[in-house]
This record gives sequence, C-alpha cells and structure tokens, in this order.
Amino acid sequence: MIEMQSVSKWYGDFKVLTDCTTQVDKGEVVVVCGPSGSGKSTLIKCVNGLEPVQEGRIVVDGAEVTARGAKLTQLRAKIGMVFQHFELYPHMSVRENLCLAQEKVLGRSRKEAESRAETLLTRVGMIDHIAKYPGQLSGGQQQRVAIARALAMDPIAMLFDEPTSALDPEMIKEVLDVMVELARDDGMTMMVVTHEMGFARKVADRVVFMDQGAIVEDRPTQEFFDAPSSERAKDFLSKILHH
Amino acid sequence: MGDFDFAVIVNNLPFLWQGLQLSLLLTFLAVLGGIALGTLLALARLSGIKPLALAAAAYVNLIRSVPLILVIFWFYFLVPLAVGRPIGGFYSALIAFVMFEAAYYSEIMRAGIQSVKKGQVYAGQATGLGYWQIQRYIVLPQAFRNMIPILVTQGIILFQDTSLVFVVSLRDLMTVSSIVARTEGRLVEMYLFAALVYFVICFAGSLFVRRLQVRMAT
Ligand SMILES: Nc1ncnc2c1ncn2[C@@H]1O[C@H](COP(=O)(O)OP(=O)(O)OP(=O)(O)O)[C@@H](O)[C@H]1O
Ligand SMILES: [Mg+2]
Repeated sequence: MIEMQSVSKWYGDFKVLTDCTTQVDKGEVVVVCGPSGSGKSTLIKCVNGLEPVQEGRIVVDGAEVTARGAKLTQLRAKIGMVFQHFELYPHMSVRENLCLAQEKVLGRSRKEAESRAETLLTRVGMIDHIAKYPGQLSGGQQQRVAIARALAMDPIAMLFDEPTSALDPEMIKEVLDVMVELARDDGMTMMVVTHEMGFARKVADRVVFMDQGAIVEDRPTQEFFDAPSSERAKDFLSKILHH
Repeated sequence: MGDFDFAVIVNNLPFLWQGLQLSLLLTFLAVLGGIALGTLLALARLSGIKPLALAAAAYVNLIRSVPLILVIFWFYFLVPLAVGRPIGGFYSALIAFVMFEAAYYSEIMRAGIQSVKKGQVYAGQATGLGYWQIQRYIVLPQAFRNMIPILVTQGIILFQDTSLVFVVSLRDLMTVSSIVARTEGRLVEMYLFAALVYFVICFAGSLFVRRLQVRMAT
C-alpha cells in the first residue's frame, strides 16, 4: 500500500532523511519511533507529498507520489492524516470541520457530508459536541474530532504524527482507544509516529526506529521489543520505558 | 462670541449630508477594494513564486513611498488616458484610493496570513484541498479575523484621507463644509462642525476597535 525506496531529503545543506526504505502493506500497522529531531515527522509527511523529497521513490496505492506532476491533491484525499496539534480549523464548528473537504474535494452534498460526519462523530464519542467550536473542546476531544475528520474522507490509509504527545496524560487513553479500534475492527492501514510503546505492543505489526534521519531498525514488533539489535534503539527504549 | 451663528449648519444640512455620504461611500468602497487587492498582493508576496513576489513587493514599496495626494492626481490624469474617455472625479479617486490603500492593506494581510499556523495549511492539504480552497476557507478567514482591529484602524485613517479629494473637485464632507463656510462667511462655525463630525465618526471607530480587541483577548 505504501512503499518507500531509498528516500533522501535535504533542507538546504542539512540532510533530514538518509536512504529510507520501508513499506506498509494493506491492513498493516507500523509504528515509527526515535529521538526528537530524527526525522519521523518529515518521513511521514513525505508519504502524502506534504514535503517533497529529492531522491528515491514513494508509491502509494500504485500511484507514485514522487513523480513529476503527480496528482497530489487526489492522492492526499485518499490518505488521512492526524497531527500532533490537532489542527482543527478554529473558525469552524466541529460539523463544518468534518464537512469542508467532503464537499469541496469529494463533491458530496451537504446532506451526505453531514450524515457521514454524524456517523463518525458518534463513533469517536463526540456527537454531542457537533455544534461546538474547537476552542471549546479539551485536547483529547479535539484529537478525536480530528481523527473523525480524516476518516470522513473514507481514506485507504491513515498517517498519525504523534497524536497523543500534546495531550494531558488523562486524555491519552481516549485517543489511543479510538486508534486501537480503528486498527483492530477496521483493519485500517496505519503509519503511526508515537512514543506510546503500549500502543505499539498492542496493535503494531512492525516498528520502525529512526535516528538522525536514517531507518536504523525495521522489525516485527515483538522482535523489536525483545531484542533490539542496535545500541541506539536499546538506549532509546530504556529511556522511554523507564519514564 | 455672540457673533456665532450655528443656524448656518442647520440651513445647509442636506448639502452637508450629501458631502458626508460621499465621504462614507468612498471610504466604504475603497476599504473593500483595498482589502481585496491588498489580499491578492499579500498572497503574491507569500506565493514563493519569485517574479510574482518581487513584483508585488516593488508595487507595495513604491506606493508606500509616494504621498497619497500625488496618487490621486496621477489617476485623475492617467485613467482617462488609459481608458480613452473621462471617467469623472469619483471613479478616478476611488481607483486611486483602492490602489493606494491596497499597499497598506497588503502589509496587514501579510502579517495576518503569517499569523495562521503552518499546520493549518498542512491539515487542509492532507484532506486534498487545493491552494485556493485552502486560502479561501482556512487561511484567509483566520488571517482576516486576527487582523480586524488593524483593518478597521486603517479604515479610519482612510476616512480622514478622503478629505484630499478636493484636489479633483469632488464634493466630500470637507469640500462641502468649505464651500458653505466661504459662501456664507461662517468659517469658524463650519470648520468646527466638520471637525466635530470627523471626530465623532473616528472616535466611534476607535471605540469599536478597542472593544474588539478586548473581546479577542479573552
Ligand atoms: N522546514 C524545515 N527547515 C529546516 N529544517 C527542518 C525543517 N523541518 C524540520 N527540520 C529539521 O529536520 C530534522 C527532523 O525534523 P522532524 O520534525 O522530522 O523530526 P521528528 O523526528 O519529527 O522530531 P520530533 O520528535 O521533535 O517531532 C530536525 O533536525 C529539524 O530541525
Ligand atoms: Mg515530529
């Protein structure tokens, strides 16, 4: 479903990604972790072309993202993305947040869009807040709405960039629960940047560990936790597991 | 003091009211046009397309280094040459104000656009929205809302600046007051009156801005 082959990327002289190769098959959940600044967000943003890459190939659902003149807007509409800071549109109600792209990109009617929005908000437990504005919601609630907004586009895969790291501890679970359900019940293809190792153990098929822009490990979850092969991964794990 | 005759104001009220209407209409249209053109200039400067950004920057900096009264003159003489027929003082003044104010509004809108977090654009892009859709539905509404107090303040300045249209013999509030002042020989009364009207309108405008700022800060 998602394939990255030898992807490298520079910001000016600074090499953010070095020869990254990995893939996510249909229905697979892959967790991406690594120290701050290791390029996790950049990697995930390249998947839907939010950031251009200078070398390598990225293919999503048979379409090459990195091709010249790639139809990026069409491709992005098929891949949901959830951000660390939610990025709900503050000037729109929850309902409007969910309807905007459905109407403008998918061409759904207002009625269709609203009914899809209601279904998904019910699912993430936010239907009672449909008329509220993002500023009136807690972080956990905003993130659940953001997940619903992404799902409203009926994506074939979902990208998550540290979806819980801006949340107060007591709200992390409500968001992770939604994500676990998505992985287990829907068999959603997911690429998740997170440091929630509990989540990784529960639903991830593989863990990708990054350091300084390179993919250092890419292994089945169990193997990764039981016997990380690199010193850097061991170091990283001992740090975050003992906090 | 017994010499003052404020009846002159009452007697000429319909004429003065016409002048005020012209000032307000010109302000209103110039604010709308200025914000529209200014927003396009701001988008051009932030577009990342070098020639476009440079052209917009050059325009803004040129206009901002010329006195408004000159711009009004230019357009009074230039526009008829360009379109091949006289278009009258009102339209040439309106065009001059729009072109002039756009330079200032573009700076305001540029700051407004930059005040919207980059993540908002990513969020729009990630759902497949195109550039113009993202600007129209996500970025500009927020930019505009963040900048309302400054946009209104600029509108107040613009209202005061409309008094310059006497140079193209338009009958705005200021010009009309002068005409009455001279024909009736009531300079003090009329200029006091004009000052009072400008003051009341501008002061009301600033109070409005203050209230907006308080509301936005909470
Ligand atoms: N627009 C940019 N211009 C220049 N450098 C950038 C830009 N965005 C990110 N970087 C740099 O690229 C590196 C990787 O950034 P990235 O955000 O992908 O890291 P990350 O692994 O997601 O880190 P974090 O855990 O802090 O979110 C960092 O060193 C960062 O400073
Ligand atoms: Mg990051």
